[in-house]
Amino acid sequence: MSHALLDVRGLSRRFGGLQAVRDLSFSVDEREIVALIGPNGAGKTTVFSLLSGFLAPDSGDMRLGGRSIVGRKPHEVCALGVARTFQIVRPFPKLTVLENVLIGALVRHPRRRDAEAHARAVLDEVGLAAKAAQPAGTLTLSERKRLELSRALATEPRLLLLDEVMAGLNTTEVERTLELVRAINARGIAVLLIEHVMRAVMSLASRIVVLNYGERIAEGRPDEIANDRRVIEAYLGEPDVDAAVP
Amino acid sequence: MKWAGALAVLGLLALPLTLSSYALTIFIFIFFYAFLGQAWNIVGGYAGQLSAGHAAFVGIGGYTAAMLSIEHGVTPWIGMFAGAVLAGALGALIGYLGFRFGLRGFYFVLLTVAFAEVCRILVSNIDAVGGALGLYITFTGNPRHFQFQDQRAYYYIALALMLLATGIAALIERRRFGIYLRAIREDEMAAEAAGVDAFRYKMFAMIVSSSLTGLGGTFYAFYLFSLQPNTVFGIPLSVEIIIRPIIGGTGTLVGPILGSFILTPLGELSRHYLGQSGLHGAHLVAYGLLLIAVVLFLPNGAYPWLRARFRR
Amino acid sequence: MAVGLTLIFGVMRVVNFAHGDMMVWGMYLAYVLSTRAGLDPYLGFALCAAALFVFGAAVQRGLVDRIVDAPHEMQILLMLGVALVMENVALLVFGPEPIRVRSPLGAATWYLGPLYVDVARLVTFGVAIVLTAALWVFLYRTDLGRQIRAAADNPYGALVIGTDVRRVYAAAFGIGAACVGAAGALVSPILPFQPSTGLSLSVTSFNIVIIGGMGSLPGAFVGGVLVSVAESLGAVFLKPSLKELASFSLLILILIVRPAGLFGRRAS
Repeated sequence: MSHALLDVRGLSRRFGGLQAVRDLSFSVDEREIVALIGPNGAGKTTVFSLLSGFLAPDSGDMRLGGRSIVGRKPHEVCALGVARTFQIVRPFPKLTVLENVLIGALVRHPRRRDAEAHARAVLDEVGLAAKAAQPAGTLTLSERKRLELSRALATEPRLLLLDEVMAGLNTTEVERTLELVRAINARGIAVLLIEHVMRAVMSLASRIVVLNYGERIAEGRPDEIANDRRVIEAYLGEPDVDAAVP
Repeated sequence: MKWAGALAVLGLLALPLTLSSYALTIFIFIFFYAFLGQAWNIVGGYAGQLSAGHAAFVGIGGYTAAMLSIEHGVTPWIGMFAGAVLAGALGALIGYLGFRFGLRGFYFVLLTVAFAEVCRILVSNIDAVGGALGLYITFTGNPRHFQFQDQRAYYYIALALMLLATGIAALIERRRFGIYLRAIREDEMAAEAAGVDAFRYKMFAMIVSSSLTGLGGTFYAFYLFSLQPNTVFGIPLSVEIIIRPIIGGTGTLVGPILGSFILTPLGELSRHYLGQSGLHGAHLVAYGLLLIAVVLFLPNGAYPWLRARFRR
Repeated sequence: MAVGLTLIFGVMRVVNFAHGDMMVWGMYLAYVLSTRAGLDPYLGFALCAAALFVFGAAVQRGLVDRIVDAPHEMQILLMLGVALVMENVALLVFGPEPIRVRSPLGAATWYLGPLYVDVARLVTFGVAIVLTAALWVFLYRTDLGRQIRAAADNPYGALVIGTDVRRVYAAAFGIGAACVGAAGALVSPILPFQPSTGLSLSVTSFNIVIIGGMGSLPGAFVGGVLVSVAESLGAVFLKPSLKELASFSLLILILIVRPAGLFGRRAS
């Protein structure tokens, strides 16, 4: 596994009596798209919070390009090349769209002028260039989701963590986001995504890791996962099975 | 905007030629409180960390310069920087404790108030620095002692302080530092995810803000010739400091200045006329009502509201 | 006495700057009732409670309600404004000198064998216990009380199940103010007060509420005992002028040592 970009080994995290993540191991290779799926409350977002430094694991190791990122703060993890989006988007509402993305761009370009040029390029790529001067608070949900993605992208990550960037979007918007993620990936950025929109997961991911009650219950190619008995059981135990299964 | 600013500064430079000595005093206080408000604005406005104990920095700065001058004959022109350094150190301590332990909102407010009160009580009880009576500075009128026969000297120093703080705030606003502070104010967690070292920048903001405020302490001491712990460390002064930028508009360059032009004359006049008839506290009632009104009707402050009106 | 007071602060779990000032208004109201109407504070406290209930509910309805969706900071500033107005109106009306309400009970002492008991303190303590018990019964055994607790835990949830959240908040805020007003009236014969007393009372209440953890009755009790012990120790070992130092230092210490307890509330 020497070529893995992200290597997670035996990761655990407990909240009081709840074991949110239990002895989780998985990896993401360079340029790969991996999906993290599982029923609500399976611990997916906790995994993201651990990876991005917002939470400290109780035990286990997380390595990025061979270097441990355990105990690093969020901004350090970001500088090392892991950027995340939040499931509930968190734009800076009073800052303009451009300024929002600029914050991310300043990580790699300390000079404001360079950062601004980079931020504009990112906005072009995601199709928000026309809204650059608007306060982020005035955007629609789908635009805010793209802004969230732009801000993460502007930090020029090696690994992008996308937390349900397609939830709440209509079919056209989902298509557009799919294309965008593919384009980002084609530039050499690895992607780890949490997603409930199964069509997106199946068409994007080369591998899928399935979580239930904080544990990995399956891992494999999309076609393998779709037919895995444990996966189907895990989802059938869920009340909102219609929303979760393709 | 730039032209309007330059014109206003020119006007203010020429103004003392025409003013009575009472009007001059009011302008000195307008500039001085605008300066303190602008210094507070860096951490309280741009970074959104509501410090309600900024009086402590005025006190530390003033006491340091006054003690150095009285006891050791050090000129306040040097003492003011010593005061700024000590105020910055206290700011760093408060900031470290507040930010390291993740105190936000109300809890950060409480921490800053508690520190200011601890300073006030300690200083009131240390006889070496004058105890509860405070320090008195003998008037010499010697510029070397930061004292001037001519009121206009204080006018220009206060104006310079206001412009200094505004210049620093403008510099911060344009740079990476400024946009990071605004991001932290809006959503600290999202800022960290986008690579902002929130702790570090909040510390910077706190230290810059508290040192500047400490600088103001020297002016306070050598303009009024006395320092009492209850006045310079007290909560009322902290309220005076924060209320101007809040009324004028936090996180804007013009806000603290506009706020001071509105509130300082109001406060001074009501103190002058109502205070004489024994009605102490009337201006604070007015401040309180204004604060409530601004929170309810102009949550961004007067300046952003005016700007929006004139653009339309 | 302190314990009784602190129970009330603790159970109410509202932390705001106007808290201490409401108590001071309760004290002044007791003073006015006593000097103008000859009503003893140990009877007048009920009227003080009623008056502050109305005042508290009006503040919540007329001011706080308008900005419930605004950032947390706005509510802090709003209450700061309210506190400024309250303290300085008291200053304008009553002047800065400390006063104390006279009550025949205030000077009485009972001798129980070798012990002598200060009647005023005993009555205050007793009434505080009764008030706290009543509050507890109200919060945990009545529909409105349950609604208040539900709305405090999860306003949106309460809204979904059809609670009139605004009415419940106004009631809760009013009850909080009423308790503080009653407490103010009760201690007015014991504790000399002036307009600026409000702040130190607020600090005491912050100490108790934060130590005790928000809204837990045993927590409030433990917090109250700790705070009164610390403040009495401070009074014994330090010069009187340094007494306040103990409560402010305690506040700093509490804020730093218990960040988890503080976060708990913010997250909800």
